[in-house]
Amino acid sequence: MSAATLFGLCATALIGLGLYGLIANPHPLRKILAFNVVGSGVFLLLGAIARRGAGAGFGGDPVPQALLITGIVVAFSATALAVALLLRLHDASGSVTLASEVPPTVEPDAGSP
Amino acid sequence: MMEALNAGLALLLLALAAWTIVGRDAFAAVAGFVAYGLLLTLAWVQLSGVDVALTEAAIGGGLTGALLIGAVARLRDTEAAARAERPKALTRTLAALVAGAVTVALAISILALPDPAPTLAPDVAANIGATGVGNPITAVLLAFRAMDTLLEAIVLVFALIGVWSLAPDRAWGGRPGPLHLADPNGILAYIARVLPPIGIIVGMYIFWAGADHPGGKFQGATILAAMWLLVMMAGLTDAPPISRAWLRIGLVAGPLVFIAIGLAGAVAAGAFLAYPDGYAKPLIIVIELALMPTLALILALLLVGAPQRAGER
Repeated sequence: MSAATLFGLCATALIGLGLYGLIANPHPLRKILAFNVVGSGVFLLLGAIARRGAGAGFGGDPVPQALLITGIVVAFSATALAVALLLRLHDASGSVTLASEVPPTVEPDAGSP
Repeated sequence: MMEALNAGLALLLLALAAWTIVGRDAFAAVAGFVAYGLLLTLAWVQLSGVDVALTEAAIGGGLTGALLIGAVARLRDTEAAARAERPKALTRTLAALVAGAVTVALAISILALPDPAPTLAPDVAANIGATGVGNPITAVLLAFRAMDTLLEAIVLVFALIGVWSLAPDRAWGGRPGPLHLADPNGILAYIARVLPPIGIIVGMYIFWAGADHPGGKFQGATILAAMWLLVMMAGLTDAPPISRAWLRIGLVAGPLVFIAIGLAGAVAAGAFLAYPDGYAKPLIIVIELALMPTLALILALLLVGAPQRAGER
């Protein structure tokens, strides 16, 4: 099996794992982590496709590879914004729950601005 | 031999990703994610994407890891409440089924990709001479698809504005992040004095070498940002108040120079972001030189976070 196929299949499993964590993990920070796993899986998938496009003396198709660099940087900025939102929610309400009904362990007025 | 190594690497990646997703302790999960990001770098090298590997190591593993470690330390007290909200077994089974179905569908598409693969590599090879740079990734980022890079730089500015806008009213215009107090004679302060001169040279080298070899402004700017963060975390300097004029000019200077050169291209070469014949290389260098400090400032300040301390007006 070529490296492109192997890491392509690995990427599909990473996307699945991340998707599961995004749905099943209740903590928002763990959701951000899971989202980053999905993201890196998508990047790896595109990287495997870029590797298959090797030619003209390049080890991989440089166009998708350049887009990947852009993608990784944008993913970092989105993660930073998500983390800042989460920390602000924590500062403002003392909890980070995403549940629509506030659980009994938290003060009822904790979610109000 | 190489196949066995690759298979082992793929298995390790999957194991670390699984640890990150299902692990009970949030801090351990983040630590697993950092290790995962570094291992992913090796996968990129195996896929002949050395430029991507550098970016993944610097930003995907390094900066994202540092950001998440900082967040997990501040959110320690929320983990117990989140565990009580764990979805029921039925929801988790359904989530696993959905995730499995997505994986299977993607895997089938990967195995059914056309052969020979469509590629733009010959087009890049045919036209790279006109740009004057030797690294095909740099040629794509700053000549063939310069619009993507321009929009990306603008997205970064918007992300930072978004983070800053989360400041409480009293802290607007003030210094972002917590005040770091470290032992001035401790090992952190020592490293923060010794490492930055080396780091700055390495960062500038990676930036400059990016014209013809793997590297470039993103990777170089990340290293510069990391050096600044190190000095801030050691308490040797403080983050600048976000109301400073030099800071705000620095944050928009890169994209503005990029747009100005793009508009000049519309007049001189007939299309937005087109370069006149023979001027491609010098214009690319001007854009990169202008973007580099902007990127370093934004990447570091995204990690520092929203202003938290009241500003000096």
